[in-house]
Amino acid sequence: MVESFRLATGGRIDRTRPLTFTFNGRTMRGSQGDTLASALLANGVRLAGRSFKYHRPRGIISSGIEEPGVFVERLGADASANEPATMIPLVDGLAARSVKGWPSPAFDLGGINQVLRPILPAGFYYKTLIWPSWMTFEPFIRQAAGLAHAPRTPPPPGTRFETRHHHCDLLVAGAGPAGLMAALTAARCGLRVMIADMNPEPGGRLLDRRLEVDGKPGPEWAVDTAAAFAGMTNVVHLQNALVWAVREHNLFMVREQHSGTDGPLERNWAVRTRQAVIATGAIERMLVFPDNDRPGVMLASAVQAYINRYAVGPGRRAVVVTNNDGTADVAHDMLRAGIDIAAIVDTRANTAERWRSRFPDVRVLDAAEPSGVVGRTRVRAIRAITRSGRNRAVTVSCDFVAVSGGWNPSVQLWSQARLPLRFDHPAATFLPSGRSGSLLCAGSAAGRCDLASAIADGAAAGTEAAARLGYEARPDLPAASDSAPFRIEAWWHPDAAGGSGRAFVDIMNDVTLADIRLAVREGYRAIEHVKRYTTAGMGLDQGRTGNVNVIAAVATETGQDIGDVGVTTFRAPVAPVSFGAIQGDRKGSAVLPYRHTPLTRWTIEQGAVMYEAGARWRRPGYFPRSGETMVQAVDREARAVRTGVGVYDGSPLGTFAIKGPDAGRLLDMVYTNRFSGLGEGAGRYGLMLTDDGRILDDGVSFRTGPHAFLMSTSTANAETVYRHIRKFLAFDRPEWSVRITDITCQHMNATVCGPRAREVVAALETDIDLSRDAFPFMTFRDGTVAGHPARVARVSFTGELSFEINVRPRNLRNLWDRILEAGAPFGITPIGSETNHVLRVEKGFLSTAHEVDGTTDPIDLGMAWILPAAKGDFIGKRSVFLRRASGRPRRELVGLHTEDPERVLPEGAPITENGRRQASVGFVTASVWSGTCGRSIALALIENGRARKGSDAHVRIGGEIVRARIVEPCFYDPSGTALRG
Amino acid sequence: MLVIPCPFCGPRDEREFVYGGPTSARRPHDPTALSDSQWVEFLTVPDNPLGPVRERWWHARGCGDWVEILRDTRTHEILRDRDG
Amino acid sequence: MLLVLTTGRKNGDDRGIGVTTRRTMRKSIRQRYSLATLALGAVGGHKRWRPAWQSRPLSNRYDIVIVGAGGHGLATAYYLAKNHGCRNVAVVERGWLGGGNVARNTLTIRSNYLRDESIPFYVRSVSLYERLSRELNFNLMHSRRGMIDVIQTWPRLREIRRRQLAMDLHGSAYKQIGVKELRRRIPALTGGGPDSRLPILAGMVHTDAAVNRHDAVAWGYARAANGLGVEIHENTEVTALITNESGAVCGVRTHRGPIAAKKVGLAVSGHTTTLTGPAGLRLPLRSFNLAAFVSEPMKPVVDVVVNCPDLGVYLSQSDKGELVIGGAPDPGQSFRRDVKQTVFEDAVCAMLELFPTFQRVKLLRQWGGHLDIAHDASPILSATPLTGLFVSAGWWGGYKAIPAGGLAFAHLLATGTPHPLMEAFTLDRFRHLDFILESGTTVVV
Repeated sequence: MVESFRLATGGRIDRTRPLTFTFNGRTMRGSQGDTLASALLANGVRLAGRSFKYHRPRGIISSGIEEPGVFVERLGADASANEPATMIPLVDGLAARSVKGWPSPAFDLGGINQVLRPILPAGFYYKTLIWPSWMTFEPFIRQAAGLAHAPRTPPPPGTRFETRHHHCDLLVAGAGPAGLMAALTAARCGLRVMIADMNPEPGGRLLDRRLEVDGKPGPEWAVDTAAAFAGMTNVVHLQNALVWAVREHNLFMVREQHSGTDGPLERNWAVRTRQAVIATGAIERMLVFPDNDRPGVMLASAVQAYINRYAVGPGRRAVVVTNNDGTADVAHDMLRAGIDIAAIVDTRANTAERWRSRFPDVRVLDAAEPSGVVGRTRVRAIRAITRSGRNRAVTVSCDFVAVSGGWNPSVQLWSQARLPLRFDHPAATFLPSGRSGSLLCAGSAAGRCDLASAIADGAAAGTEAAARLGYEARPDLPAASDSAPFRIEAWWHPDAAGGSGRAFVDIMNDVTLADIRLAVREGYRAIEHVKRYTTAGMGLDQGRTGNVNVIAAVATETGQDIGDVGVTTFRAPVAPVSFGAIQGDRKGSAVLPYRHTPLTRWTIEQGAVMYEAGARWRRPGYFPRSGETMVQAVDREARAVRTGVGVYDGSPLGTFAIKGPDAGRLLDMVYTNRFSGLGEGAGRYGLMLTDDGRILDDGVSFRTGPHAFLMSTSTANAETVYRHIRKFLAFDRPEWSVRITDITCQHMNATVCGPRAREVVAALETDIDLSRDAFPFMTFRDGTVAGHPARVARVSFTGELSFEINVRPRNLRNLWDRILEAGAPFGITPIGSETNHVLRVEKGFLSTAHEVDGTTDPIDLGMAWILPAAKGDFIGKRSVFLRRASGRPRRELVGLHTEDPERVLPEGAPITENGRRQASVGFVTASVWSGTCGRSIALALIENGRARKGSDAHVRIGGEIVRARIVEPCFYDPSGTALRG
Repeated sequence: MLVIPCPFCGPRDEREFVYGGPTSARRPHDPTALSDSQWVEFLTVPDNPLGPVRERWWHARGCGDWVEILRDTRTHEILRDRDG
Repeated sequence: MLLVLTTGRKNGDDRGIGVTTRRTMRKSIRQRYSLATLALGAVGGHKRWRPAWQSRPLSNRYDIVIVGAGGHGLATAYYLAKNHGCRNVAVVERGWLGGGNVARNTLTIRSNYLRDESIPFYVRSVSLYERLSRELNFNLMHSRRGMIDVIQTWPRLREIRRRQLAMDLHGSAYKQIGVKELRRRIPALTGGGPDSRLPILAGMVHTDAAVNRHDAVAWGYARAANGLGVEIHENTEVTALITNESGAVCGVRTHRGPIAAKKVGLAVSGHTTTLTGPAGLRLPLRSFNLAAFVSEPMKPVVDVVVNCPDLGVYLSQSDKGELVIGGAPDPGQSFRRDVKQTVFEDAVCAMLELFPTFQRVKLLRQWGGHLDIAHDASPILSATPLTGLFVSAGWWGGYKAIPAGGLAFAHLLATGTPHPLMEAFTLDRFRHLDFILESGTTVVV
């Protein structure tokens, strides 16, 4: 296929580098420097897609990010959905297809919706499809909606995304004339500058036009300026980089895309800047008239871009429809490119003379309104009505239409920063207003449309940004060839109701003028209501070419001034940004880091079942031997501890050193019971509460010196406890002389437990006297164990004789090996957390993750002894007793024996009065099979549970009621003989 | 991502901090001196201004100390108080 | 005076149409919506449609003023008129009706709660939602598509199983499924494999869960309430509560002038304390920002609500094809309606852990809203120490609660006594620190 609409000369494409691509299965050719859109136009493709709701034929309308007409799905390795054809740089072998249109845009079965259009006005779905139920229709609606397909596979291997952090003095968004000048001015006086622009090349609209700056063609000046940046170490210059969000504390997000072969596909920059200049340009508006969406109706600025930048004539014979003087430049470039202008339709009155003085051979209709388009899949003619004298209808044949409804500054970033906009009647658009201490707007983004004032404005913004940071800039203003004033008289839409159903205000989302009128008629008058009811402006293009037209239509219908209707909120992102770019390289353990002990690798090698055990520690659940089920493995491990000896890695328990003259006072304050009276070397179990009387944690603390304690916490709550204590000291008792240090990772331990634990530890060679009298329960000793300096503590979480051997982390693996060696004759068995759970349930030991529920307090848990009445204030004291003063029944900890001893209850199962299906009176907190007891055992919290001992509880498991006898919450060695052994 | 001024480490990224709630009155030395309703209010009713709020952040992944700042709940702006 | 005339029924009996009969209900909606009226409308080019709600001049006196025309405020107004016959009611709104959190949430409707106090309330709300399109003659596009929790840690599985059994007591359903079945139902869920950081252990299906169209909920309630005589006044900002010499609230001051009222109900998510503070009423509430975001529209790829509690993200796909995604709240107090980058990035990364194919899917739009959270993170629906003032606050995840929340608040405003479903949720619970802790065992300090 030939590029029959390619101009012979000009453009910024490289004709020596032809490229081949496929679109909707057809193979075509383009050139390096093309976008998919320009290549399609060069190949004469007019009908390139179908619309969202009515499946109307659509063609390319714009040349940039504002494209509302043609969205494509990229295929192959670059697969991505819903890309505007105007933003895809052409590469060799590119394959794409239209997003809508099945089986093809030319023969689209969904076109049936065009026939149904009369009963599908805005919001029709709110009024119908209720019977028999929405879900009857939903699958069809879902299938019909939704544009492109979701990707089915992850990006190919090697695709990388990256995040980078950057700090600078000035961020300039946009590298058009204003942005380049702002950056240049600020950089020359020494500011650290970042300039980011979303297009492949700098220059902005200079690339689309034939203007001169500093005596050379505009694009050349942009290239030279960029070259100057390259020579400055204080400038970072990015192209293909969209500034997509403004966040708190001057944080800007910039998405940089790479088309190269190496490096990341996309890089997301988090830029913290002191000042920012928004020089993001402006976007041309469509005019609202019947069939303004027909393929071939294009924005005038796009026509100019295709001619000058891509050397493509969108057609042979054009009609220009305008309400401003800016289009004169476009008309000039069209004629120069050999395109015939059949007519200029100007909605303003008395402009014919002005046009004729410039274009003597062109037919001009002033005071004229476009009233329709002839041609369905491509423009064949345009209709207009002139208002002068009597209404005269005119039809002018043409093969494309260049439309300009004026310009909308791209003020998204300004608006995202919650800065105001105001409607400016002379410019017929919304302009940034208000003032910010760190943001400036420049160039056409601030409504300065002609080149000379855009350049001056950019330089002024750079100067101002520098001045705010204490620098003095001396801008050097280059001469510019264009300084013609931009004149506009708004013409928003036809008055006549006729045809308004086909006059589109939002082409992407198929919203017509009639839809806006209907919405207002039905009471949806607030602009947010109109937007939501009609979906205007909510498409991928964010309604860039149509939003102001929507606002104007609402103003007309409600009789308000446009400025009073106001704008809808601009929200990030400025344009769609892939989630991959936002993710960067945060994946897997970078999202959720995990912690491991020196034994984790050994544990995994043993084939242990590993899982997350709180506070991001990975721990073994149990160590199954081949063929063993979980229950069998846990049974075996538990039996070893009860009858022989077991060993486990207790390293993840939180460990804190507390030192200072007020250390004892601090512990007395954070624990419910007293610690200040402990003797050196002795330890005690304690409970910690929050001030609103909820249980925070439990653990054992030892006195290690006159002013020093060693505190241990549960694994999961270690950080919470640490934060709690530090906060209390920082704000509530800053005068106390005491410090807490997290030494969890300085102390790692292996805990040997079981009746034969003492023999195993003795076999390790230690200078510590292990005898019961010399080393009683709840004390610790420092010494040497297996050649390593060690602190050995006699605490027990299993109910058996236990030695917790703490060593430096680097010695733990060796200690572990030595323990297994020394324990081998005794059948030592490594045990996992599941076994620990069974052992502690047998003993009725507290697990805060299980037995603490909501406002459970120590008395509920049968630990009234831990709240000594004689003790002074401690954290949580007041609240525990205040809560109890209400007299409401409390849920108390009890044990359960199921009627059927084999039946293991599910943890969490509710208990109700007589098993009725009603609000519960308690629930099963923990439940296990106990090999030691030879039956199922459980712990539960039940209202007034202690008074119910001996009676039955009714556990309700779905429809089933399981009876269980309420017993003491301790199933093994209630006197504690074993652990003191 | 706020930039939070730490008195020891200077301005640091929010990711280094853990939020610690609005500043409450200092915990009374003798809670029993408060009436029940005063105690409940002390525990459960925070300042919730549409504007500057004094609040606490823990520089957990920094110096480890607690920081108190005055932050505007409408703008996130961190204001300096009279003492700097 | 106000309540005496209203119901001839016992408190709490609001299952039927109440005082308003089905016939008056029909009449009250000025113009029926149906396929037939739509077709008829087409003939005239849709010129015959009249406003969904009509404005009347703002009076200076009403029986009841509801502050806030969000989901809860409008639903309350509707049930006041429908169940209690209170029609001299005005809903005053600072901006546009339906512009609060009802306009900016993630639409998830569910009843998978833990506590006996909470579950029946949410079960009721879910069932009210199910028949609401017909009741309001407004298509809410209610889609009971179910929700699946993706479970990745054992403590989570234990906690959710506990919920499952608790929910069963009150008629709400949760069903556990295996990993294979989970992947069959959500083919796009390709992450969380055995070698990943947090392998998926199981799924839990909450069949009652639904999504619908948020704007339609606000508009449907507004239209129906307005049809029953309730006035809705947009662009009417309440600047203060008016109290009389005995300290009772007797009206509101607005920038359009004072309005006297026998009772004032606040349904102003996030701003409750802004209004009560100057009146000397301190409440256990903090305002937070909660954000959400949507992707570009795509063909159907996820047809249930997917909740990933271990990673802190959830998503569903709207009928337009956009993925609607939400994460955790911004930790600090905030009255902002944007998104903090840290919070947003965390949610994106969490989603991509389980849905790695969405890397090339694009973010289309993001936004935030502010809401207030009570000290125990459960809602407050209560009379206050200021006579005449009632609050409906502390809703987070309050979208699902709109119908039952409105029903219960209407009951409270009309009768002065809490609705049986919400008895436990008054301010009284704080007197003895009797918190309703949905978070179970987690303690935040």
